[in-house]
Amino acid sequence: MGMTLTEKILADHSDQDTVVPGDNIWIDVDVLMTHDVCGPGTIGIFKEQFGAESKVWDKEKVVIIPDHYIFTSDTHANRNIDILRAFAKEQSLPYYYDVGTKDYKGVCHLALAQEGHNRPGEVLFGTDSHTCTSGAFGMFATGIGNTDAAFILGTGKLWVKVPESMRFEFTGEFPPYIMAKDIILQVIGDIGVAGATYRAMEWAGDAIMNFSMEERMTLCNMAIEAGGKNALIPADEKTEEYVKQRTDKPYKIHRADADAKYCFNKTYNASEMEPVVAKPHSPDNKAKVSEVAGTKIDRSYIGSCTGGKFTDFLAAAKLLKGKKVAVDTFIVPATTEVEKDLHEKKWEGETLIDIFKNAGATIGEPSCAACLGGPKDTFGRTHGTEVVISTTNRNFPGRMGSKQSEVYLASPYTAAASAITGKITDPREFIK
Amino acid sequence: MEDIIEGTAYVLGDDVDTDQIIPAEHLVYSLSDPEERKNYGKYALSGVPVDGAGLPDGGKNFVNEGRFESDHKIIIGGKNFGCGSSREHAPACLKIAGIKAVVAESFARIFYRNSVDGGFFIPFETPAQMIKDIRTGDRLTIDVAKGELTQHSEGSSKTWPLKPLGEVSEIIKAGNIFEYARKAGLIPSAKSAG
Repeated sequence: MGMTLTEKILADHSDQDTVVPGDNIWIDVDVLMTHDVCGPGTIGIFKEQFGAESKVWDKEKVVIIPDHYIFTSDTHANRNIDILRAFAKEQSLPYYYDVGTKDYKGVCHLALAQEGHNRPGEVLFGTDSHTCTSGAFGMFATGIGNTDAAFILGTGKLWVKVPESMRFEFTGEFPPYIMAKDIILQVIGDIGVAGATYRAMEWAGDAIMNFSMEERMTLCNMAIEAGGKNALIPADEKTEEYVKQRTDKPYKIHRADADAKYCFNKTYNASEMEPVVAKPHSPDNKAKVSEVAGTKIDRSYIGSCTGGKFTDFLAAAKLLKGKKVAVDTFIVPATTEVEKDLHEKKWEGETLIDIFKNAGATIGEPSCAACLGGPKDTFGRTHGTEVVISTTNRNFPGRMGSKQSEVYLASPYTAAASAITGKITDPREFIK
Repeated sequence: MEDIIEGTAYVLGDDVDTDQIIPAEHLVYSLSDPEERKNYGKYALSGVPVDGAGLPDGGKNFVNEGRFESDHKIIIGGKNFGCGSSREHAPACLKIAGIKAVVAESFARIFYRNSVDGGFFIPFETPAQMIKDIRTGDRLTIDVAKGELTQHSEGSSKTWPLKPLGEVSEIIKAGNIFEYARKAGLIPSAKSAG
């Protein structure tokens, strides 16, 4: 029987020629990523289990990217960065992106891509649920906890249960006002927050393959919001071009077999897609923007691994150019590379950063910032009953800080359109 | 692994996510420092909205003001318990607060895996919905070998079946993934010095 893309990659990293969903197998890990929130706990377990003098299984395969609580006066958070720094030094880790240095990057999932750690065919584990983002590169990538990460640090291996695969195909062409964020919110709304639990979400169709790498990352990023184990988009020329610009390491492109078995198949007509939001307080609480248009907001937030990439800001800038925002608008580039691009790249003769400043938005520094609330002094964090439209990934109660605030998840187009009017606004009002 | 788990229930609803279990602002404490880690007990389930905190009535703190441990030993949950982030602080904080078992209709994948591999408590799935029948404060007994949960009320009791632990039972019995791997000869049998 044929194998899906997920099954192909997992089999290739196991001692078996073929695997089927439900198999429990041990696989070899190509990359382990951790950050400042889960790294210290992982290091603690690694030392407890393997000994204080132990060395990681392969220092070339460990990537540490502090990104969560960076620009804060919280002493515990700052202490956690010190723990990462000391560990990277002790282990002579080549891929540690230290805070306060030119190496600092920001949000790990985009930094992994930009620094060449995402390579087709590989297996990547990360101590962050949005590690599934990397599936955009035709690789197996999923989030794990500290214990599993510590196990990998010591052994380079982990047991996994081979997931069933779901296939989502989009045929035709998306309208110009539709972004990958609309598509993933649509799908999560259709299948629910547990609709992909223990499953892989494989994306297919011309409309998907026409997406840029950054848009593909958005699509894979929120698989976890449907409970998914991983997401996958097959690698193509676009993937290879992106990867080759950023690493010399070899990679392997796998294809799903024609007779691969999927537990779920759904085909959408791309041209029929509409801008959508997820209403408070769940990512599957879907509504068309047109259905909630007019809802008053206090804040617009554009940032995070989901919605803080260059493509996201370019979309926002196209709408904000020459306009003024009507509510507090926060712009948080995910990484230092995105930040640099905001200063250097232009839309209709003006740099993106100038477009945002002239519109009256406030610009933050590259990090996870208020996507997950964080310490009290986190940039853009909610503290009261704010109603926020946000390009981030979760809107559970209290996710952006205050339990009383309400978060609508939306695309950068919708977040920018709403920032201009002060109420939830369909981007089609600005994109003709 | 304990054969019999006894204690009172703390009942929660569907889709209890990791931000409710342990809000992100608290993820700064050390999990290995014995004093600092107590904070995870203090803030366990502090993100649950008031209406859903201790069903059916709500408004019941899981851990009382000024305490680091809960009076409850068993959490009863609905569907998709532990959805959201991969933070292992979520199962860890429940253990630190004194939880011995979480019994839910279904679990989110990473939370379930973290609970098992880290050996924090036993995550049991149930074939039936229990959150409408069990009340916060009800006295419960779990017979792990039999796979049964008994709800004791005045003069009577009701027994509920639990789903078999299945393929992860060996890891649960061993204690955690490291002990399991040592037993299976996958990693050296003794912890190295230090």
